[in-house]
Amino acid sequence: MSKVRVLVGTRKGAFVLTSDAKRDKWEVSGPHFAGWEIYHVKGSPVDPNRIYASQSSGWFGQVIQRSNDGGKTWEAMGNKFAYDGVPGTHQWYDGTPHPWEFKRVWHLEPSLTDPDAVYAGIEDAALFQSSDGGRNWQELSGLRGHGSGPHWQPGAGGMCLHTIILDPSDAKRIYIAISSAGAFRSDDAGKTWKPINQGLRSEHIPDPTAEVGHCVHHIAMHPSKPDVLFMQKHWDVMRSDNAGDSWQEVSGNLPTDFGFAIDVHAHEPETIYVVPIKSDSEHYPLEGKLRVYRSRTGGNEWEPLTKGLPQNDCYVNVLRDAMAVDSLDSCGVYFGTTGGQVYASSDAGDSWAPIVRDLPAVLSVEVQTLP
Amino acid sequence: MIRVLLPAHLRTLAHIEGEVQLDVDGTATLRSVLDALEARYPMLCGTIRDHDTQQRRAFLRFFACEEDLSHESPDAPLPEAVVKAAEPLIVLGAVAGG
Repeated sequence: MSKVRVLVGTRKGAFVLTSDAKRDKWEVSGPHFAGWEIYHVKGSPVDPNRIYASQSSGWFGQVIQRSNDGGKTWEAMGNKFAYDGVPGTHQWYDGTPHPWEFKRVWHLEPSLTDPDAVYAGIEDAALFQSSDGGRNWQELSGLRGHGSGPHWQPGAGGMCLHTIILDPSDAKRIYIAISSAGAFRSDDAGKTWKPINQGLRSEHIPDPTAEVGHCVHHIAMHPSKPDVLFMQKHWDVMRSDNAGDSWQEVSGNLPTDFGFAIDVHAHEPETIYVVPIKSDSEHYPLEGKLRVYRSRTGGNEWEPLTKGLPQNDCYVNVLRDAMAVDSLDSCGVYFGTTGGQVYASSDAGDSWAPIVRDLPAVLSVEVQTLP
Repeated sequence: MIRVLLPAHLRTLAHIEGEVQLDVDGTATLRSVLDALEARYPMLCGTIRDHDTQQRRAFLRFFACEEDLSHESPDAPLPEAVVKAAEPLIVLGAVAGG
């Protein structure tokens, strides 16, 4: 019988939640790495028991952990993220030049084909890769070396590379997103990059349609339609049908189009989920009602999903990497909140129940569907 | 032999119980002790001092014999009591977080 394993990163440790395919009874393991910030935990699609975790601390810096047994035991890997060459400067919040400095790993993206290959998105924004299971890391410096690099600026959460998407149909195509530089695509396995922000409009930057400078919060893709991308921008939900070459807004009837998380149904490439958040200064749901919005039409037409979610006095946030889906039939949808709840739906969002209610603030949620 | 006492989170990371006891060749200094510590416990590399600059991480301090050695030269000899293992070298995390 299939199993589901939910990997949760929080402000004070990692948790592993497991259930059978019914998804109504859950075992909770953790905290792993208690007291440390766990920005992201993700398993290899090739070897699901190979899991990588980003562990960091203001005191002790960055640690990369790896498990080979599905999260039961862990081993510290390499934590040296050295920028390639002279790092140079990007722009600081006030527009002055600021040296590139490594702060932490936001996102780990294991290869689709090799359990020893993994990518890391870091702050200050850069993309690294390891080909030896996380022991050694090398920068793919063509991204930071893109001519726009000196003009990138941090978002409120720092200048982070938070999204990495590997194209299952083209091993050389990689998408990444940076707050707040925007989205970029490589078609040569990370050697060179082009900004893919045409169609984005951001009123908070001097040129609202600039080539770079957009605060992209997250991007999602369905593996069966790798040229179709969905984006939650700072404001606006967007879609691209041409691998990011151009974007159209699909916020439609959303009550607010600010938010962080976005994901795609495992079996329906035009069914997408977002969690609308009131505004960039009020990081909580509208009217104290926690609502996931689902579109079955690839955007524009959205329906609120509320069954089982708190509909009064709820003022949590759902961060960019804190939503994921399983691939069971029917599709399970999961998200974590800054209030420490992890909610799960085993019916594609029609109804929800908390798996856990009282974890530390949730930073990331990933899901593995196991045989 | 040098005794080193690490913060709890680093002991957990390196699977250490209690104090670490290290043999250091030559003059015992902060640098030589940390070199020996990182050689035995590679997972501690980068958690106490920067990989490249070797600068102490901002929220960590080095104490021994009721003295703060954090701003001493990393090549200065450690106090005699530390060298003789009468006192530990303490790596301490700053009190922070409210």
